[in-house]
Amino acid sequence: MTQPYLADFETFSSNGGGAGPDWLPPVRRAALARFAALGFPTPRNEDWHFTSVAAIAESEFHPLPVSSGDVKPEDLAPFLFGRGDWPTFVFVNGRYAPELSAADNLPLGVRVMHLARAWRDAPDVLERHLSKIATFDEHSFTALNTAFMSDGTLVHVAKDVQADAPIHILHVVDPIAARVVMHPRHLLVVDRQASARVIESYVSLGNARYFTNAVTEIALGEGAHLAHYKIQRESQRAFHVGTTEVRQPRDSKYASFSFATGAALSRTNIYTTLEGEGAEVWMNGLYMVDGEQHVDHQTRIEHAAPNCASHEVYKGILGGASHGVFNGKVFVRPIAQKTDGKQENNNLLLSDKARIDTKPQLEIFADDVKCTHGATVGKLDALSLFYMKSRGLPAEVARRLLIYAFAADVLERLEVAEVRDALEDLTLARFTRMDEGAETAESAESAGAIRV
Amino acid sequence: MLEIRNLHASVDGNAILKGIDLEVKAGEVHAVMGPNGSGKSTLAQVLAGHPAYEVTAGEVYYQGRDLLAMEPEERAQAGVFLAFQYPVEIPGVSNAYFLRSAYNELRKARGQEEVDPLDFLQVMEDRLKLVDMEDTMLNRSVNAGFSGGEKKRNEILQMAVLQPTLAILDETDSGLDIDALRVVAHGVNQLKRPDNATIVVTHYQRLLNYIVPDRVHVLAGGRIVKSGGKDLALELEAKGYDWVTGAAA
Repeated sequence: MTQPYLADFETFSSNGGGAGPDWLPPVRRAALARFAALGFPTPRNEDWHFTSVAAIAESEFHPLPVSSGDVKPEDLAPFLFGRGDWPTFVFVNGRYAPELSAADNLPLGVRVMHLARAWRDAPDVLERHLSKIATFDEHSFTALNTAFMSDGTLVHVAKDVQADAPIHILHVVDPIAARVVMHPRHLLVVDRQASARVIESYVSLGNARYFTNAVTEIALGEGAHLAHYKIQRESQRAFHVGTTEVRQPRDSKYASFSFATGAALSRTNIYTTLEGEGAEVWMNGLYMVDGEQHVDHQTRIEHAAPNCASHEVYKGILGGASHGVFNGKVFVRPIAQKTDGKQENNNLLLSDKARIDTKPQLEIFADDVKCTHGATVGKLDALSLFYMKSRGLPAEVARRLLIYAFAADVLERLEVAEVRDALEDLTLARFTRMDEGAETAESAESAGAIRV
Repeated sequence: MLEIRNLHASVDGNAILKGIDLEVKAGEVHAVMGPNGSGKSTLAQVLAGHPAYEVTAGEVYYQGRDLLAMEPEERAQAGVFLAFQYPVEIPGVSNAYFLRSAYNELRKARGQEEVDPLDFLQVMEDRLKLVDMEDTMLNRSVNAGFSGGEKKRNEILQMAVLQPTLAILDETDSGLDIDALRVVAHGVNQLKRPDNATIVVTHYQRLLNYIVPDRVHVLAGGRIVKSGGKDLALELEAKGYDWVTGAAA
């Protein structure tokens, strides 16, 4: 299963794909060796219990040697939140596309550059952080990404700089990108008392079957503030594995939102370590799938210092015969007294064939903490549907409005209004087919069949 | 306007309505009274199309149409309105959005143009006054966190917006203090027109001091056991339901 990747690595290296500073090739070699040793995770691995990546392992995906994209600026319009004026870095089929990117409107103190340029222009920042935050010893997808990483973005916000305009990293895959594997690697560095907003989008213009294996590392300075939105709208036949790892020193704030609605199979890992007192994290997300889609989120919040707070709300809407997985780990180390931790995962099943495995996991080794967690699974409320219909709303409208209402409170947590509005629209439009919920809203008290 | 013939309905296999006959004409107010469990709320729910109730026999015609063959939303679009005994909370959907959506669906069904949010606010202004509500209520989620009285007033607000031809008030008086009761009754009376009709379902005579019925029907054991003029309600208040339900046995 790993063999094609090992062979491709030799090609990649001999073609100069492994370019970079001297310290890098040994890291790549070590990562590749680790990937070969670990192999793809199997359901025997506890972290992958509910998600089989056999379909990824058994398919052959290859890197695209050169950019082949025939993507025009107007193709990107639906994905820009109406804000083409935001600094936008575009990757087509995994390759940086400078002609589609707009990198010239950055405020002073903010550097955003392609990884290939960063090897030259910011080697010290890369050396300090890259592969130091997202380690690959136990993560074979991160190991694989590290071996191949060549396209990606460095975002560096200097201390005390408030970068208000969101920086958009947009991955686009065009319809011809079949059997392509991409290993985007991003490094976001926000120095002391600085703040930034970064959006990572993964979108598709067609229905190709490809594999995105992304890794994002985030280094925050003391008192830094980063809002980080990951928007996964891959093709319905694609595979997506995305890992974000964060280190949070004293008084840093990290607000993460993961929106996942695409891909045949997706796995999103978001891990943060609260290393300094007063650090705070918000980890929110919304996943919406149907058909045969599989969507998996694993989050890990490690409280490694006293007086830190974590707030986590994930919501899921599952139709058709889709399968959702949520595993939220919160660890509170012995030193992390006065931890304030809240975690919640709520799911809405739109069909009898949809399935959710939710596993909130709270492990506390300190004695003076305030932690709560909970998970719910429900269906559309038949009485609410009847109430709306009794006011003249057609069944389909009532159903969509209720689905939207379920997601509304987590979407409200998005601080960038343009993103919030766009995701609200996507949520309203996501489940429009009547057949999806044909047998859903049969609640305990209803005798007759209700079509919703 | 409404003609109910030999209506039977059950829930979870238990027969609740066992042969209701009732005729309501335009311009009339009918009160349906009865003790708990007599089936009066079931009658209201069946007329609105609640899916939990199964109609096992009988017919209902509304403006000459077979009401029972219509979906709940079709009934609403045709002018039937049920003020719920227990209005449903819908967190995440604002009252304004909900009301405007309902209003526009009715307009669409009638071949009228939809109104935009700004014009709709104008429509709302006097309707809010009718039920003594602040416009801040419009920004709150539908019934979410509303007090009992606010929920009932919100029902009448919806009625004021949708201007039904046949309004069915299901125990709208329950849980209301006397001031709220007056507000609600005033709203209902203001909405009365020669071409619409109201069915007031209530346990107590109290509401009928404010919404004066043309006819009063007493339901017991799933049947109408006595009908009369507005004085029947007073007689019931004085003598209790045993007076008539005894006659039903």
